[in-house]
Amino acid sequence: MEKLKNVEDLEPLFRDNLRLLVGGFGISGTPLTLLDAVAKFEAGNYEIVSNNLGDDGKGLHKVFEAGKIAKAIGSFFTINKEAVVAWSKGELAIDLLPQGTLAEAIRCGGAGIGGFYTPTAVGTRLAEGKEVREIDGVRYLFEKAIKGDIALIKASKADKAGNLVYHTTARNFNPLMATAAEVVIVEVDEIVEIGELSPEEIVTPHIYVDYVVESKYVKLGGAYVEIR
Amino acid sequence: MLKLDSREIIAKRIAKELKDGDVVNLGIGIPTLVSKYIGDKKVYLQTENGLLGMGPPPTEDEIDIDLIDAGKATVTIKQGASFFDSAFSFGMIRGNHIDIAVLGTLEVDRYGEIANWSVPNLPILGVGGAMDLVAGAKKVIVASTLFTKDGSPKLVESLTLDSSGERRVDQFVTEYASFTFQDGDIFIDDLYGDLSFEELKSRIGLPLKQK
Repeated sequence: MEKLKNVEDLEPLFRDNLRLLVGGFGISGTPLTLLDAVAKFEAGNYEIVSNNLGDDGKGLHKVFEAGKIAKAIGSFFTINKEAVVAWSKGELAIDLLPQGTLAEAIRCGGAGIGGFYTPTAVGTRLAEGKEVREIDGVRYLFEKAIKGDIALIKASKADKAGNLVYHTTARNFNPLMATAAEVVIVEVDEIVEIGELSPEEIVTPHIYVDYVVESKYVKLGGAYVEIR
Repeated sequence: MLKLDSREIIAKRIAKELKDGDVVNLGIGIPTLVSKYIGDKKVYLQTENGLLGMGPPPTEDEIDIDLIDAGKATVTIKQGASFFDSAFSFGMIRGNHIDIAVLGTLEVDRYGEIANWSVPNLPILGVGGAMDLVAGAKKVIVASTLFTKDGSPKLVESLTLDSSGERRVDQFVTEYASFTFQDGDIFIDDLYGDLSFEELKSRIGLPLKQK
């Protein structure tokens, strides 16, 4: 299967009411090109699973401003002030999870695990309505695994088969999300021939990746700049 | 200026708790300042977005905006550093592989339970990694000025803000004193500020013991 695509060609994959897993921590590791396209595509009313809802007006912030987000599941949305306002008016549903719980839920979703018990958040407001179980004298909270319809992730390089390597802390949620969605679209800075990536450095094997899109952004000093 | 001084006093006092070989996670705010006072000690800084072996802030030429800490500030790496995904990183945190987590706090009760994520009178839509660090680090030190802007103590009989978890912290370091907790008793284990033990006791309004 030919995996290399222009982002515009992927619009038919996007239907209303899908759950999208979106990689990134702040701007680092965020698929900016894919999200620019999602903001413009026809479909909407998405449920978003992502650590944040965009940063500095970029990424998911654009999808949010395009009015396409009905619900967000993640750990830190406070920096998106408009989202906070929308939530307080009841226009945006929010499911807040501790960051480690979010990560583990996605890992489980991609690994065939239905849920897990974590000590995090026991006895807090975020534990309300959730099962607590004592194991060997420690109280744990049950959390369900998270899966998505489409994962939008960012890697540094892909080979033409779809094997992925990541750059520094831009790895964050991306390899996890690659395992946990029906369709996985990755944005990369560079596409190389099969065999050019060392098997030792590949973090995400190609079987998890459906489509590869070249990024339209480059890093220039302290910012991401759109170039293509 | 007074406020800045207080923050530096707290950071410096916390740095005394770190020893060679410790794996340390520094939270946002005052905890980040602790790195200025580590000196020659060989500690490994972990940041929960996926790095062990964090170095100092970059020079202008070194800036890589993908390489950031949990507060989204650009950082550098030290020799021997490693990168990993968020599930692995929080496995490191919850799995008891972090020796010391230093976190900011809004309130601490007399058992050492803390509230450090939900700010009063503001819609809060963020928790980040705070609760995972509270639950999973071997030792949790909280850092904060002792009094709020209106002068009320952050050391309280029982929390009025949302708890960050059942796990009680090991130490509360302020600009006046370092506190530890045992079965509801609050101990001052180090006194280094402008207030005497008796003055602190009357301003906090809770029973204090001296170690």
